[in-house]
Amino acid sequence: MSTYVAPVKDMLFAMNELAGLQEIVGLPGNEDVSSDLVEAILDEAGKFASEVVDPLNKVGDKQGNKWNNGVVTTADGFKEAYATFCETGWNGMPASTEFGGQGLPVTVSTAVLEMWKSASISFSLCQMLTLGAVEAIAHHGSDELKATFLPNMVSGKWTGTMNLTEPQAGSDLAAIRSKAEPRGDGSYAISGTKIFITWGEHDMAENIIHLVLARLPDAPPGVKGISLFIAPKFLVNADGSLGERNDLICASIEHKMGIHGSATAVMSFGDNGGAIGYLVGEPNRGLEYMFTMMNHARLNVGLEGVGVSERSYQHALAYARERIQGKIIGDKSGEKKPILHHPDVRRMLMDMKSRTEAGRAIAYYVAGCMDRAHSHPDADVRAANQRRLELLTPVVKGWCTENAQGITWNGVQVHGGMGFIEETGAAQYMRDARIITIYEGTTAIQANDLIGRKTAKEGGKSMQQLLADIAETGSALRASGNAQLKAIAEALGDGIAALDEATNWLIANYDANPQAAAAGSVPFLKLTGIVVGGWLMARSAAVAAERLDAADGDFYKAKIATASYFAQHVIPEANSYRDAIVGGAESVLALEEALF
Amino acid sequence: MKILVPVKRVVDYNVKVRVKSDGSGVDTANVKMSMNPFDEIAVEEAVRLKEAGVATEVVAVSCGVGACQETLRTAMAIGADRGILVETDVDLQPLAVAKLLKALCDKEQPQVVICGKQAIDDDANQTGQMLSALMGWPQATFASKVAVSAGKATVTREIDGGLETLEISLPAVVSTDLRLNEPRYATLPNIMKAKKKPLETVKPADLGVDVTPRLTTIKVAEPAKRSAGVMVADVAQLVEKLKNEAKVL
Ligand SMILES: Cc1cc2nc3c(=O)[nH]c(=O)nc-3n(C[C@H](O)[C@H](O)[C@H](O)COP(=O)(O)OP(=O)(O)OC[C@H]3O[C@@H](n4cnc5c(N)ncnc54)[C@H](O)[C@@H]3O)c2cc1C
Repeated sequence: MSTYVAPVKDMLFAMNELAGLQEIVGLPGNEDVSSDLVEAILDEAGKFASEVVDPLNKVGDKQGNKWNNGVVTTADGFKEAYATFCETGWNGMPASTEFGGQGLPVTVSTAVLEMWKSASISFSLCQMLTLGAVEAIAHHGSDELKATFLPNMVSGKWTGTMNLTEPQAGSDLAAIRSKAEPRGDGSYAISGTKIFITWGEHDMAENIIHLVLARLPDAPPGVKGISLFIAPKFLVNADGSLGERNDLICASIEHKMGIHGSATAVMSFGDNGGAIGYLVGEPNRGLEYMFTMMNHARLNVGLEGVGVSERSYQHALAYARERIQGKIIGDKSGEKKPILHHPDVRRMLMDMKSRTEAGRAIAYYVAGCMDRAHSHPDADVRAANQRRLELLTPVVKGWCTENAQGITWNGVQVHGGMGFIEETGAAQYMRDARIITIYEGTTAIQANDLIGRKTAKEGGKSMQQLLADIAETGSALRASGNAQLKAIAEALGDGIAALDEATNWLIANYDANPQAAAAGSVPFLKLTGIVVGGWLMARSAAVAAERLDAADGDFYKAKIATASYFAQHVIPEANSYRDAIVGGAESVLALEEALF
Repeated sequence: MKILVPVKRVVDYNVKVRVKSDGSGVDTANVKMSMNPFDEIAVEEAVRLKEAGVATEVVAVSCGVGACQETLRTAMAIGADRGILVETDVDLQPLAVAKLLKALCDKEQPQVVICGKQAIDDDANQTGQMLSALMGWPQATFASKVAVSAGKATVTREIDGGLETLEISLPAVVSTDLRLNEPRYATLPNIMKAKKKPLETVKPADLGVDVTPRLTTIKVAEPAKRSAGVMVADVAQLVEKLKNEAKVL
């Protein structure tokens, strides 16, 4: 068994060198933040993640949640850990100070959130959903709703959920049928069935605040007729105390492949006349409100990919150092050694490490864009960062979660037969990781967004700007006179060419041949992820090359080796994705339905 | 009432230490450092006494390199009111630390010094005792329970075969054992507040203390590797081996 140790050094490196933490702590509104404070926060959060959250992960997996007549009991230790998590202020950390959060920059909270996700995706989801609901209410709710719900949600006394999905409405939320009827007193009676609701019911908090998408009686059909409501499990009295139980229940919970520690609930609203709900913002704008929160939500799920990958890597590495098996090819000592010495085990570990670090690089970089887009005094800088953030959000979500599949799969492989045995723990990371490419928009939905709204529909301007920035890094590395950096730049050059070609093809074909474009959408997302990951790893290597003589020179030496691995082993995949995109659509679409 | 709590920056208890190849010491480059766990218990105890209204101020002190500031910030995040760093690059031995603490006690006039019973890096278990001798104060070591009232402290200590309860007059030195309390996790607001609490830096020379090491480390070595065990056929063979091979019977 391994214990999670937060990779604070690599986190700080990505924050400082890629996200631009120094600049961010100097932005208006961040006066209370300094880089040594950030380090102290990461150290304490890391300790909490290792000592309190990480040990829950396996218990949650084994015991799961128990449903009994609408009541859900969490696995041993969750309730206590959640209480401490809230008392120590971690729950509300990313929320604004107005409602009791700490208002820290996204870049800082991103690193802390990664730790919770590494330690236990299941546990971390409760906070993630709560904060998503907080954000929606804070942006779109009335002052009264904010005052009633936000302080207790930020503190964690009450948790939040997102009720979007219905049996017939998953990727296509336009198909939502849940209803909301005015009750004449300003509130609404909500009825309908929602499925797959994460942390929809549990015993860790005294109240659960459900955000529900539903249709008003006169609503137009489709996406333009969906409104957003708050429906609390217990109604809240005027004095803030808890009142009657609302007409909503958890009808059952799912048996799942992973994330057993978090209940996935079927929620039934209005079995006895209608659950009382309060409209958030204006009627019929619910989906639009959901979209305003999407950047955060998608960054956070992408971060789950980084987090579970890191955890799986640490677990595999610990085993590879201990498990002795066979002599090592080419080793003159002839001794039997830990499997870490076998070249193929190293290849797997390097693959896990380099993809995880590249994923962290992208996620933190995008977090930095968010902070600048939000707080930079210069409007042009804000706009440029907003464009970059919009472009890369589906990439963070899609690429980091898809990557996590291969990484956690290797995490099992490194263990050999023990990897297949549940007791070892490696398999859980693989099972838990499996959901992350599905919820919060499947990879295909991310890819549709990337090729359509974010690329083709704006003539590829944002993508071309990104490619220009990447090319600039390539030139700098070539000019450096450092052979390792030059080699990285060469590989990156191939990646740039592949992404450039695929982008041009996409723009030329998106309108004329939409099915062909869509057939290459996920390859296009992966191609973008690889090139952007390669770019940020190249930038990391360039910084590291200057610091090899520092006291912590080993870290930088490893960084260059990791970036070189990525350049030699991962970036070349860009070419095959390009080929699949520009020349592969025909075979995807060739079969008539009956021939499948 | 003021409480002074010395805190030491040590290699984190989770780290598997490695001896330097030249045998001159333990490799601390690139290794995670944290507050000595016994000192964390000491800070927690002092902060609890403050929360209970017994103490009015908790001052954390760390002696060592500049990075010990982080350790002081951790103490302040738990609840210490301010920090004093005695900054030096010299490798400090217990007597030097005890002298530095004496100088600070003379200056700060605390009623109680609560320190860890030992640091997990050198396991010396000397500093508290030396400080008490230098100050001429009573000491109660290995505390598993502390109650302070009206110029006295009642301390339950863990001794071989049981517990012993002492009453000592203040000022005094108390050293903490593992079971004294369970330190809290610092809250995020307190981590942020800790950055704004006062932290003063002084040099040993400012305190008139010579910290030159008095002991020379000759060699540091890894513990000998345990050789593989053997299965014995029966009790008779076990007894025979314990007598003749292990020579423990
Ligand atoms: C454990 C778990 C937790 C969840 N938590 C929540 C929650 O808290 N709140 C909530 O509201 N929902 C939640 N969900 C629901 C989740 O968001 C949906 O399952 C997801 O959006 C996919 O919808 P679906 O299951 O209906 O799949 P479908 O939409 O039926 O998709 C099936 C397949 O078709 C593909 N597909 C569908 N449409 C397109 C398209 N336009 N282009 C290309 N391919 C397409 C998909 O990529 C997928 O491969 C959760 C689900 C699970 C399993």
